Amino acid sequence: MVEIGHFALILALALSFVQSLVPLYGAHKGDARLMAIGGPVAVTGFALILLSFVVLMIAYAVSDFSLANVWENSHSLKPMLYKITGVWGNHEGSMLLWVLILTFFGALVAAFGGNLPATLRANVLAVQGWIGTAFLLFILITSNPFARLSPAPIEGRDLNPILQDIGLAIHPPLLYLGYVGFSVCFSFAVAALIEGRIDAAWARWVRPWTLAAWVFLTGGIAMGSYWAYYELGWGGFWFWDPVENASFMPWLAGTALLHSAIVMEKRSALKIWTLLLAILTFSLSLLGTFLVRSGVLTSVHAFASDPSRGVFILCILTLFIGGSLALFALRASSLSAGGIFHPISREGALVLNNLFLTTATATVLIGTLYPLLVEGLFGEKISVGEPFFNLTFGPLMIPLLAVVPFGPLLAWKRGDLAAVAQRLMFAFGGALLVALVTGFFIDGASVFAALGAGLAAWLVLGALTDLALKSGIGNVAPRIALRRFIGLPRSVFGTALAHLGLGLTLAGIVGVVSFQSEAILVMKPGQVLQIGGHDLRFDGLRPVRGPNYTEDQGHFSLLGVAGQPIGELFSSKRFYPVRQMPTTEAGIRTMGFSQLYVSLGDETADGSVVVRVWWKPLVTLIWGGALVMMVGGFVSLLDRRLRVGAPTRRKTIEAKPVAVAQ
Amino acid sequence: MKRILPAIAGIWVALTFAGTAFAVKPSEMLADPKLEARARVLSEELRCMVCQNQSIDDSDAELAGDLRVLLRERLLAGDTDEQVMDYIVSRYGEFVLLKPQFNLRNSLLWGTPVLILLGGAVFVFASARSRRRQPTEALSKDEQQALDAILRKDA
Repeated sequence: MVEIGHFALILALALSFVQSLVPLYGAHKGDARLMAIGGPVAVTGFALILLSFVVLMIAYAVSDFSLANVWENSHSLKPMLYKITGVWGNHEGSMLLWVLILTFFGALVAAFGGNLPATLRANVLAVQGWIGTAFLLFILITSNPFARLSPAPIEGRDLNPILQDIGLAIHPPLLYLGYVGFSVCFSFAVAALIEGRIDAAWARWVRPWTLAAWVFLTGGIAMGSYWAYYELGWGGFWFWDPVENASFMPWLAGTALLHSAIVMEKRSALKIWTLLLAILTFSLSLLGTFLVRSGVLTSVHAFASDPSRGVFILCILTLFIGGSLALFALRASSLSAGGIFHPISREGALVLNNLFLTTATATVLIGTLYPLLVEGLFGEKISVGEPFFNLTFGPLMIPLLAVVPFGPLLAWKRGDLAAVAQRLMFAFGGALLVALVTGFFIDGASVFAALGAGLAAWLVLGALTDLALKSGIGNVAPRIALRRFIGLPRSVFGTALAHLGLGLTLAGIVGVVSFQSEAILVMKPGQVLQIGGHDLRFDGLRPVRGPNYTEDQGHFSLLGVAGQPIGELFSSKRFYPVRQMPTTEAGIRTMGFSQLYVSLGDETADGSVVVRVWWKPLVTLIWGGALVMMVGGFVSLLDRRLRVGAPTRRKTIEAKPVAVAQ
Repeated sequence: MKRILPAIAGIWVALTFAGTAFAVKPSEMLADPKLEARARVLSEELRCMVCQNQSIDDSDAELAGDLRVLLRERLLAGDTDEQVMDYIVSRYGEFVLLKPQFNLRNSLLWGTPVLILLGGAVFVFASARSRRRQPTEALSKDEQQALDAILRKDA
């Protein structure tokens, strides 16, 4: 049974070789039959890897400890959900998921790429094949999940308790869908370079892939943030950890790509830059994989002590990034430059967006890699943490966010800044009002808090203004405005929603950073704590037995005005005996958009316990905003323009009444 | 801006080092709220040296606790913020600082954002100018003759 999975993986590698070479050669020679091989091979390769993934999943489900991978990361008493999610909760399994998603996207290109020019499709599939080959080799040579143990142990070593959470079911798959989704953009870019031709149609094919990958990556990052927030128990939602940065860099670059691809599609400008961004975005995804998977982050020396995996990924990294950039350097100059535009125009605004996002990406990159650089060059260890990013990344975001509402309102080619500013008067007034109210009427508000709140309101109101203006609210009769509103292109809604979501996320960040309150104290049973305008009573600890852990559960009551309990909150400390690891399960209660967050510490002999309680105003907006951004991306994906082929369908429908009239 | 935006790749790397997260303990805190507030601000800039990229304010590791206590001792002794940081760096090295010093070795780190932004701006400006100049390029001799011929015909 297990060997079937192993064999399928090897077979997939062989197919991957075929996919790498045959369509490429076919495209070069103009041989339609050779090019046509790419599609079926890509689909079959995906099916084989899916088979091998399912086999591994079954091995986990039935606790087959004869597999080293299952033995190391599972336990027979573990709940079924975590047995299954445990498949990708480890190095080998997560790499298999990576390749599964890669081939999934390859199969999608093969299945839905019927309207692509044959040579482009063949070349794209070939480049996907190269990536697949490299990573399948990596898995089979250094990280084989199907390695057997003999004799098979009786019991497994269990999964890291912190990973035994619903978060593991959602976060890595979403994140990988995003990471790896950008591989399609990369393949399109390299294919365009191989052909030496790139046009607006290319951008139209690439944009849905960029959008889809971006939506997944946004979801993956937001999910990871929320998971870290509730699981780690110290209430932070973003730590500027190198591992987080590894996923944030492709997101920033991908966001830039999303915007520059619009310019390319609509105005045929920024072609070369868009191509470069497509390459860079996936390169950063690969870099992220390398950073997380090689162990290089802990220390250069940790990497050197077990170099087989690290060196292998480093080779893949060098080959793909170096190769694609070299190809870019060779071919980019032969691509024609695009249309002309005035600096004050939609194109100009999007260039500004790209400038700031690229700088932000570079800032995160240098901050993440600098400790490695210093250790390698000078043999000294330094740290680059949150204060660095707050000082550099923060100031970069402020001007970027401030100009966001202008972008969608500016005309293409040559815009009228004064006219746009006039149209945004209402949004600006609203934002100013929010800033002033925050600054003067909320206790403890700093200048930063007032400005941040104003900026968040500016983004939200700016997005709403965009929709209002485009549907003509105020200029035409309400009924017509409504009809126009419904008839707006989906991409207009997508833009407005994504920018609105950004504003919400910012509002959440400002709320937590500027207005959260915290209490650290020893609480006796019956004691009441006042925090954020709420009364929280500690009722006591009680022991609870879970399926594979024991826990001390702290029981808290939220008290009403008259002192009567109006809600409950449970916060626990768990102990997982197999791994001998303690974890905290934070108690969280959502009220409106805000949350009360309780984390337990050590207990004393008399039944009192150390607690850390936070009141986090608007905190849920951080992730809610990301969700709105995702919806925006998804709605944009539904735009008729992106469903290539739809315009022709529309023509036939329009032709009908004419025929009736005759 | 503190803690900006949402999160994480292989969350497990960060998580593995977390364990039971419990940072500042009530017993460690100073009675003077002003001094304690200063201690909290400073400890957010100090790295827990046995953790993965975690400040001593967030970490429950024993070493982080020692550092928190040391920091508070120095504050009680009347040190300024700068003196406290210098003292801790002199004992634990620059590794302990989450915000790297502004010095020659770190110039590339602090300089990159500025360089990229300025360099990018210059590049954008230059390429916009050169692109705008393109259409105003003079016509070639043949083109000029052809144009003249057309204009003459119209006249």
